[in-house]
Amino acid sequence: MEFLLYFGDVFTPINFGLLLIGTIGGLILGATPGLSPTMAVALLIPFTFQLEAAQGLILLGAAYTSTVAGGAVSAILLKIPGAPANIATTLDGHTMAQKGEGAKALQISFLASAVGGVFGVLLLIFLTPVLAKWALAFGPSHLFWLAILGVTVIGSLDSKSVVKGLLSGCIGLWLATIGFDDIMGAQRFIFHPSLGGGINIIAALIGLFAIPQVITMFAKGRANADAEVLEVQKHPISGAFSELGRNKRALGIGTMVGSIIGLIPGVGGQIAGLVAYDQSKKFSPDHDKFGTGHPEGVIAAESANNAMVGPSLVPLLTLSIPGSPTAAVLLGGLLIHGIFPGTDLFDNHPDVAWTFINSMLVGQILMCIFGLYVAGMAARVAQVPQSIMAAIVLGLAVFGSYSVQSSMGDVYVMASLGVMMYFLERFGFSAAPLVLGLILGPIAEANFIQGSMIANATDGLTPYFFGGTLNLFLIAVVVASILYSAWMELRTRRYTSKEEIIG
Amino acid sequence: MSVSTPRLQHIIASGAVAAVGAWVTYVSYTQQPSEAFLFPRLIATVFVVLAIWTFVKACLGWTKVGDGITSRQFLNLLPGLAVALIYIFWAAKGLGFYTATTIAFFILLSLYDPASNREPKTWAKRAIITGIFMAVMYGLFALLLKVYTPREIFF
Repeated sequence: MEFLLYFGDVFTPINFGLLLIGTIGGLILGATPGLSPTMAVALLIPFTFQLEAAQGLILLGAAYTSTVAGGAVSAILLKIPGAPANIATTLDGHTMAQKGEGAKALQISFLASAVGGVFGVLLLIFLTPVLAKWALAFGPSHLFWLAILGVTVIGSLDSKSVVKGLLSGCIGLWLATIGFDDIMGAQRFIFHPSLGGGINIIAALIGLFAIPQVITMFAKGRANADAEVLEVQKHPISGAFSELGRNKRALGIGTMVGSIIGLIPGVGGQIAGLVAYDQSKKFSPDHDKFGTGHPEGVIAAESANNAMVGPSLVPLLTLSIPGSPTAAVLLGGLLIHGIFPGTDLFDNHPDVAWTFINSMLVGQILMCIFGLYVAGMAARVAQVPQSIMAAIVLGLAVFGSYSVQSSMGDVYVMASLGVMMYFLERFGFSAAPLVLGLILGPIAEANFIQGSMIANATDGLTPYFFGGTLNLFLIAVVVASILYSAWMELRTRRYTSKEEIIG
Repeated sequence: MSVSTPRLQHIIASGAVAAVGAWVTYVSYTQQPSEAFLFPRLIATVFVVLAIWTFVKACLGWTKVGDGITSRQFLNLLPGLAVALIYIFWAAKGLGFYTATTIAFFILLSLYDPASNREPKTWAKRAIITGIFMAVMYGLFALLLKVYTPREIFF
């Protein structure tokens, strides 16, 4: 119950103010198609430099939570998911809005998000300290395999192609080695003066997540914003509570599915929403009503995608393995304040850890309250033309990456990585494993070198890195995640081919 | 033997990645001191194997993922990308951060705004949006975060 000791810290004027800004801003950003939660959090990182670590994390955590929930607004009113996590919400939410039940759909979506979100954060509160203590038993070889596991799990599960996902992870690991070697001081891969100090993680995150979105908007040309915002008619909030009470099964399934999927590194909210929707449909006596504007569909999808947020931070805060791309960006936010996840975080910075986690709990409630009021405004923001959005994001990306170290080199790195990532994405590569490689690369290398030194002084490299139960377990998980993803990829292709033939 | 455009694009893209992989591997195994390149060698080996595998698959036409870029998309993005790259790699430093951002923002709005270019109101609207954006950026970065940006010729 250590978290209760730091609960009051959330309500200091600055912390609570930042929580409000993050929540309201996140709801608006989340409702804006084209601005993913990951990109929104990445663009916010430069604003956290001047803040204390806990304050910066409160802002980023609030933005993470509310961008996922805010995405439901455009999914329901515009039929455009604000984030991939809201795809399943579109199926019933928009149909409800077309039937004049837009307000009801928004209300139940925010209430379900809050229920799922609170449950997810409670899991985070109770699981994290236990796992963090367990992580104390990890030596350099285990930490090396964990870092590799982080890259391979996201590389294989988050990509449409396992090989390209793993290749993206390798590119990220290589990028992390650019600069001066920590032990020998040797220059490595410095082919431009801007790379002398290595690749700055924040500039890289901004470039990899923001610039591809900007170029994607450019690629659409002078297109009109043809999305029509459906009118939101008044609906009593008590009716939404009753609706939620009537659909406890969907709420339970969504919350459980989201929480479990959140704990698996790399799977993410998009899958959580779709799996919860599918399972609720299977278990519902009204399964034939799904897709026709049925509240159960909205409740299952929204409770799942917010329940995923808290658990996705468990592997991050305990083992340094981000559970989602947005969690990877949050890891960047921790590292710039010199804080390393795991036991260091809970032993040496408990105030930072618990204030951040508690703020996410309070943030879920604020998100629900403000969501209902901001929804209408957020839907209007979603109609902002792509030309304005692209120019704003580009400007923020340039200023944000420059402000990290007041260096034009960081801006060049940001732009180069961003343009490269746009073209790589067009050919099936993915940004998430590349970012994971970049973030976990230094951790993997430091533990590899340390492990090699220990191994040379003892039994040798092979017994040290490939011996012991924990090493073998981690290697088995690495291999299993790759094989599972390869099997899923082959299966999907086989089904797709059959459909193509039948079609 | 003719090669279709998406397949050719995949060959070029995966070929470029394979070339980077080969260069990384070459540097990792030839540069000294070798202790500094222990970890890069490990990565480079996996990197180059996966990159060559991807390249071979692209050459054989077995690539299943990634739609490539259509000529329409390429023509749409080209002017915006050119403006963005000139802004980042030359104008921001050469003209001054705020001046370059103002110009780039206004040009990008004008290039991609679907509103008619013949209406004076459209131009006024774009100028107002640019002004508001720059005021917000100045307030956030210069006044709030105290970030000193390159001034150069202008501001």
